[in-house]
Amino acid sequence: MNAALTISGLDCFYGEVQVLHGLDLELRKGEVLCLLGRNGAGKTTTLKAIMGLVPARAGSIRLGERVLTELPAHEVPKAGVAYVPQGRRLFAELTVAENIEIGLMTRKRGKAVRDSVLDLFPLLRDRLKQRSGTLSGGEQQMLAMARALCVEPEVLLLDEPTEGLMPSMIANIRETVARLRERDVSTILVEQRVDAVLPVADRVAFIENGRNRETVDVGRLREDPGMVRRYVGVG
Amino acid sequence: MAFFPHLLLATLEGLVTSAVLALTALGLSLVFGVMRIVNVAHGEFFMLGAVLAWAITTAVGGHPALGFAAALVLAPLIVGFIAWISERLVLRRLDYNPEATIVATIGLLYIIQQLALTFYGPEARPVTPPFNVRIQLPWFGYSGYKLSIIAASALLLLATWLVLTRTRIGLVMRATQYDRETAQAFGIPVGRVYGAVFALGAMLAAIAAVLIVPIQQAHYLMGLDPLLLSFIVVIIGGLGSLRGTVIAALLIGVSDGIISVFFSPTLAKIIATLVVAMVLVFRPQGLFGTATK
Repeated sequence: MNAALTISGLDCFYGEVQVLHGLDLELRKGEVLCLLGRNGAGKTTTLKAIMGLVPARAGSIRLGERVLTELPAHEVPKAGVAYVPQGRRLFAELTVAENIEIGLMTRKRGKAVRDSVLDLFPLLRDRLKQRSGTLSGGEQQMLAMARALCVEPEVLLLDEPTEGLMPSMIANIRETVARLRERDVSTILVEQRVDAVLPVADRVAFIENGRNRETVDVGRLREDPGMVRRYVGVG
Repeated sequence: MAFFPHLLLATLEGLVTSAVLALTALGLSLVFGVMRIVNVAHGEFFMLGAVLAWAITTAVGGHPALGFAAALVLAPLIVGFIAWISERLVLRRLDYNPEATIVATIGLLYIIQQLALTFYGPEARPVTPPFNVRIQLPWFGYSGYKLSIIAASALLLLATWLVLTRTRIGLVMRATQYDRETAQAFGIPVGRVYGAVFALGAMLAAIAAVLIVPIQQAHYLMGLDPLLLSFIVVIIGGLGSLRGTVIAALLIGVSDGIISVFFSPTLAKIIATLVVAMVLVFRPQGLFGTATK
C-alpha cells in the first residue's frame, strides 16, 4: 500500500514547550488510521501540524510528493487535506450554506460536489439558510464534516468527531467514514473512546508524550486489549 | 426661528455629522472586527484623506468638481496603499498582537501626523465644494452639498453592506473575523485578508474626509476628533457590527446636532461620554456586538 501522508521526525512547540518529539507516522492510501493517547499526548497538535496551524521546527510532513511543512498554512488544504477540528469550529454566525461555500471555495469546487456532499447529509438541505450556531450538536458535527468534504480531500483529519454526540449520531459518523474509505479518502481519526474507533479504523497509532509509540492493526488490538490500557489508561 | 424649523435644521446638521462618522467608524470597526486590532492611527488616515484632497484639488485646478472627483478617487487609493504598507511592515511583524499593535499604531499616528506637519504645514486650508446649490425649504435654505454628503455616505454604507453580505470577498472577511485559524484551514490567506481589511478601513476614513473637507478645512491635527467619536460609535454599536456602527453613528450624530443647537456642544459631548460609560458597564460588547473567538 502506498503512503498518502508521511510524517518524519516532527518537532512542534507551543511557545517554548515542546509538544511533539520527533514524531513519525504514516497514513496509507484509503485507510482509516486512528490516533489514541491520553489527554495532552499530542494528538490534536499532530493534526494541527499537518494543517500548518502549528509550525514544525524540525522534521517534515509529506503528502505524496508535496512537502506540506514548506507551505504556508492556507496552501495545505488546497493541496488536498481537509480538517474537522475538535469542537467543530463552525463559523457560528454564518449560515449552513455559507459554511459549505467556504469549504467549496478551498479548491474551487462547484455545485456537483455540493450536491454530492449534501446527499451524504440530507438533513442539512433543509437547514441551508439557518445560522450554523443554532444547529444541534449532531447537526453541527454533520455540517463540520460536510464543510470538510466540500474540499474533496485526499486526506481527511477528524478530531474527536463523536465527542458529546448521541449513539445514533455516532453511528452516522462512523458510516460516513466507512463510505469515504470506499472512495479512497485516507483518514486520520483522533478519538478518546476506543469503542468508537474499533469498528471503523484499519490501524491504530498510540501517541504518548508527543511520540508515536506503536502502530498496530486493529485486529491485534482486539486480541490484546491490555495494549489500550497501557497507552490510554482505560480498557 | 420657530421650534420645528430649528429642530429640522439641527437634525440635518446632525445627519451630516452622522454620515461622515458612520463611514469613519465603520473603517475602525471593520479593522477591529476582522483583525482584533485597535487602530489608534485611524484618525490620521482620515486627516491624510483631507490633506490629500486639498493637494489633489489644488494640483488639478479647473472646475472644482473636476478636482473634487479626482480627490474622491485618488485620495482613498493613496491612503489605502499607505495603510496596506503599514500593515505589511509593522502589524504583520508584530503577529497582530493586540497590545503591541496599540503601541505600534500610536507610533504610526505620530509619524503620519508629523510627516503631514512637515510637508503640508500647520495651516488649515479650504477645499472648494464641487458644486454650490442651495435647496430652498419652506423655512430656510440648506446646502445641497451637505445633503449630497448624506446620500453619498448612505450609498457607500449600502455598498459596503452588500460587499460584506453578498460577495465571496465579504464571506471570506466574515469567516476570518469569526475564526482566523479555521479560516486558514479552509485555504483563506488570512495575512492577505488582513492587509486588505486594514487598507479598506483606512480608505473608508479617507472617503469620509474627502466628503467633509469642503465644509471643514484640511489641517494636520484634524484626525483626533474623528478618532474619538469613532471609538464612541463603535463602543456603543459593538465592535465589528456594521448595523451597530450605523445606528450608533446616527444616535451620536443627530443627538450631537440637536443638543448642540438647543443647549451646548459641551453638553452633547458629556451625554455621548455618559452613554459610552453606560454601555461599557451594562453591555460591554456594545448594543449590536457579538461574541467572537
